Amino acid sequence: MSQATVSVEAEAEVAVPAAPTGTARRTGRSRRGRAASLLLHGALTVASLIAIGPIVWVLLSSFKPGYAVQSTDLALVEDPTLSNYRYVLFDTSFLRWLANSVLVAALTMVIGIFLSATTGYAVSRFNFPGRRPLMMVFLVTQMFPVAILIVPIYTIMARLGLINTLPSLVIAYLTIAIPFCAWMLKGYFDSIPTTLDEAAALDGCGPFVTFWRVVLPLARPAIAVTAFYTFLTAWGEVAYASAFIQTDDQFTLAYGLQQFVPRFNPQWEYLTAAAVLVTVPAGLVFLFAQRHLVSGLTAGGTKG
Amino acid sequence: MRTVTAAAASAPPDRRTAPPSRLRRSWDRNWYAWAMVLPVVIVLAVLIFYPLGRGIWLSFTNLNEANQAAEICTKSITGSQVCDENPNPWEYAGLDNYVRVLTGQVGQFWEWTGITLIWTFVGVACHYGLGLGLAVMLNRPMRGRGLYRVLLVLPWAVPAFVSAFAWKFIFNERFGLVNSVLAAFGIDPVSWFADRWTSLFTAIVTNVWLGVPFMMVALLGGMQTIPGELYEAAEIDGASPWQRFRAITLPGLRPTSMTVILLGTIWTFNLFPIIFLVTEGEPAGQTEILVTGAYRAGFEGIRNYSLASTYGVLILSILLVFSVFYRRALRKQGEVW
Repeated sequence: MSQATVSVEAEAEVAVPAAPTGTARRTGRSRRGRAASLLLHGALTVASLIAIGPIVWVLLSSFKPGYAVQSTDLALVEDPTLSNYRYVLFDTSFLRWLANSVLVAALTMVIGIFLSATTGYAVSRFNFPGRRPLMMVFLVTQMFPVAILIVPIYTIMARLGLINTLPSLVIAYLTIAIPFCAWMLKGYFDSIPTTLDEAAALDGCGPFVTFWRVVLPLARPAIAVTAFYTFLTAWGEVAYASAFIQTDDQFTLAYGLQQFVPRFNPQWEYLTAAAVLVTVPAGLVFLFAQRHLVSGLTAGGTKG
Repeated sequence: MRTVTAAAASAPPDRRTAPPSRLRRSWDRNWYAWAMVLPVVIVLAVLIFYPLGRGIWLSFTNLNEANQAAEICTKSITGSQVCDENPNPWEYAGLDNYVRVLTGQVGQFWEWTGITLIWTFVGVACHYGLGLGLAVMLNRPMRGRGLYRVLLVLPWAVPAFVSAFAWKFIFNERFGLVNSVLAAFGIDPVSWFADRWTSLFTAIVTNVWLGVPFMMVALLGGMQTIPGELYEAAEIDGASPWQRFRAITLPGLRPTSMTVILLGTIWTFNLFPIIFLVTEGEPAGQTEILVTGAYRAGFEGIRNYSLASTYGVLILSILLVFSVFYRRALRKQGEVW
């Protein structure tokens, strides 16, 4: 609906500036001038370099021995070695932290998606009393600063004896994940034609069956994107992890990596290797999911 | 899929003999809707609204690490435990926390607010501006578009804490990439974290680098919902690229823009890991934003839980006021929400 109003509006405004520029300059977008083309590619190349520069630099540094990392020379490669990786993988708790992170992020993702998918569907399809307030709640909870929830959740966890356990993190991350997932999925469900639901209803399917058999399979891209996003959020969360977890064997990566950079004598060579190890799996999943990003996000982003 | 269309073709409604009344049908639908919504409502109530209520209540007390226990137990030499009632238990303190925070007796609320506002405004402006620029460029047909898109989206794939470390490394005073490059041009190295503004600059750069891909992708998606005929019509009428951008792209993007700017503002305002890990508040707490300041009050030194909650309530109030005004501004322009 909003889209229809937009295009009408746009059309109305287009008519105005079109008239005065009568200079017959009809360079189609496909027939761009050479200079413009050069400019375009130049700008995009610079932007791409800035985007991947830090990643490449960290990657290069991770193969350097400690003295080369901490040198002022601008050498791309210097005495390449894998010893940083060996140290991080086998002489620290890195693998343990990795397992913790994977467990926490995966649980958050699965529970978050599972709980919020039906909600997103209900909010998208049914005009029930309480729908608008619920949407407002989803938006408002996005505003909750970590500072207001962290203390009460901490005290609750302490009373339940869950401090320094991974479930406390999962529970805390659900407060971030659920409103976001519900919001995103609702937006995507909106873009699936309701005629499909109606057809299923005529076929005798109840709403639950319709949802499960018809709508959910169609929403796979949105679920992939939302799941991925939730996973990354939990993967990279620092505040709760720093506050709730106290012993080395329960750290997640986000907190564990801080061990490599104490204020004095930071071990950058290990940090860079660990950073690469953390990023590569996430990056691969991301590349796989990114083709869906545009469709998955716009649906969620543009419709209120 | 196939079964569905087949069902649509053979349409006889074989439900009940009499069509159910409108009221009855609406009740049926609502019943399902409520059942579907219920789990999330329960989770939200338990995990968000109960803690929220408690957080607000805590902000009116003087709870901290020292006075939280009802009893204080000490081990005697013989190993037996002696417990005494805490002589100084936590209690209701009225508006004390708010008065002390807002008058600057504790912490630097106004200073942090100023830093937070600069941090948020600059961050979101750069996110949006750069994201829009890149999206416009990527929205054209050209060679290598897919490759550019993947490269430009990559920062998004890096977890925030990793980027924070990476940029802290790059801005390192002695051997960071930035200073090395500056040195190559004969410029003296800058000790980035020794001055408030350069320190804040490093955090903002990190945040911008991290946040542009989201904006770019969201805006790119928004652009793809704009019908191509509009551009064709405008081109035939002789509109220049700039005019097409002003008259078609910008208005067409308005719904997307409004959402991403609102979300971006809220997220940046509350963004914890960058400041926490990149500047660590250096120098001497001068680059603290409200969220990290609140965190340090609650979980560093003597943990002052009530003070952290007070900051939390204040932060939430600021954001609520902002979104109310934002929504009102939107409604004046006839937006949906």
